[in-house]
Amino acid sequence: MKSFGKVTAVDDVSFDVQAGEIFAFLGPNGAGKTTTIKMLTTLLRPTSGSLELDGLDPATHQTEVRRRFGVVFQDPSLDSELTAWENMDIHGVLYHVPRQVRRERCEALLRMFELWERRDDLVKTFSGGMKRRLEIARGLLHTPKVLFLDEPTLGLDPQSRNQMWTHVRRLNQSEHVTVFLTTHYMDEADRVADRIAVIDHGRIVATGSSAELKAQTGTDSLEAAFLALTGTTIRDESASAADQMRQVARVWRR
Amino acid sequence: MAVIVVLWLREVKKYLRSRVQIVASLGTPLMYLGVLGFGLGPVFQRAGEGSYLQFMAPGVIGMTVLFTAMFSGIAMLWDRQFGFLKETLVAPVPRLAIMIGRTLGGATVAVLQGTLIFFVTLIAGFRPVSIFAVPLAFLVIALIAVIFSALATAIGSGLKEMQGFQMVMNFLVLPIFFLSGAIYPLEGLPRVLAAFTRVDPLTYGVDGVRGLLTGRTHFGVALDVLVLLSVGVLFVALGAWRFSKIEA
Repeated sequence: MKSFGKVTAVDDVSFDVQAGEIFAFLGPNGAGKTTTIKMLTTLLRPTSGSLELDGLDPATHQTEVRRRFGVVFQDPSLDSELTAWENMDIHGVLYHVPRQVRRERCEALLRMFELWERRDDLVKTFSGGMKRRLEIARGLLHTPKVLFLDEPTLGLDPQSRNQMWTHVRRLNQSEHVTVFLTTHYMDEADRVADRIAVIDHGRIVATGSSAELKAQTGTDSLEAAFLALTGTTIRDESASAADQMRQVARVWRR
Repeated sequence: MAVIVVLWLREVKKYLRSRVQIVASLGTPLMYLGVLGFGLGPVFQRAGEGSYLQFMAPGVIGMTVLFTAMFSGIAMLWDRQFGFLKETLVAPVPRLAIMIGRTLGGATVAVLQGTLIFFVTLIAGFRPVSIFAVPLAFLVIALIAVIFSALATAIGSGLKEMQGFQMVMNFLVLPIFFLSGAIYPLEGLPRVLAAFTRVDPLTYGVDGVRGLLTGRTHFGVALDVLVLLSVGVLFVALGAWRFSKIEA
């Protein structure tokens, strides 16, 4: 559980993710998806309850846990004034990846994500899809056991989305990395995820494979199942400071 | 250690790449030098205080260092939401290393910018009394840079909204500059103003630089350096503590 003052963002969220699976976390705006990810990635401490990532508690074993995951946040976290290569390289230093390994892995990942030709260009010249690909490549540089993707396809065109998930699925198979993702696009979750959890008002309302969720709600698409589970009311969150900044960012196209 | 170096290098690289920003940031100091320096020069001369340009050049260098250092730190707010800072916050390295790397990087950029302004003042006609004092003056400038980078980190760690940025500029950075004796002598001030100037760390910075470059000092360079060192230790500790408390 996590409360901010009187507001309880996440309450009674219990789930297990199996090693090596792709796990999708679905929920309307303000349901608590990002808060859950922030707690798992050591950025927030839970008010109560327990967490475990690869057998370790993120609240007490911060450094060891941080070594074990890679994360792509909802908002960009690249340095746009540096080149793609420099972004990768700094990440490698921060995660203590030995120089030789760092170089080889940077090259392999940049090639895989089709960014190798652009490695010496400043990130600010990249398109939205390229930036996302670079962030995922960077998140995988230190061979994490878990990769967190918080709405990674937001604002991308269908081509970029399609290509991105193809990469993620391939990596899930070749590197056996567990993927924990959130998205608003039901078709993505349907296609990519082995298992899905639906969260609403800070609680998990259903867990299972896409087929199980459809069967449980007696619907024929994941979208219909999602609406059956979470209702059709629109969630009007009051805008937070971060939302306001996001609007400014959109204007300035940073 | 490698972490500190790589984060420091990142700040410096970014600075050297941003040519437009470098030129733009010369604007304010040039205004002060050109307009105030030459505009108030005759009055200053008549008051029997000598050359105003000679007096205020160290102040303008101090101002540049203050503004640059504070700006890089407060920009943290943006960096935390849309930038690289969040990436470093989830990395398996101590927060202290990140804070030191960033602060030293910001301080280095401020010193570089101060150096640029130093050359501009030379072109404008400023003459240090001794060439050998210049390296010493730059040690004092480096102290100023570290102090305000650390202070900016302390403040930037707690900022939640963009509006806070304006608050800090208007109620902290500008008073620090105007109370520092950068543009007027500290002798014979009204008591209240004099008291305020004495709690402003930049006062000692500007006085130290001025003492070394022109020989004119109010407190004496030794006292200036002592105060700067103590404030430096205090602010770095404060910045490190505040930085360790960031929840993104």
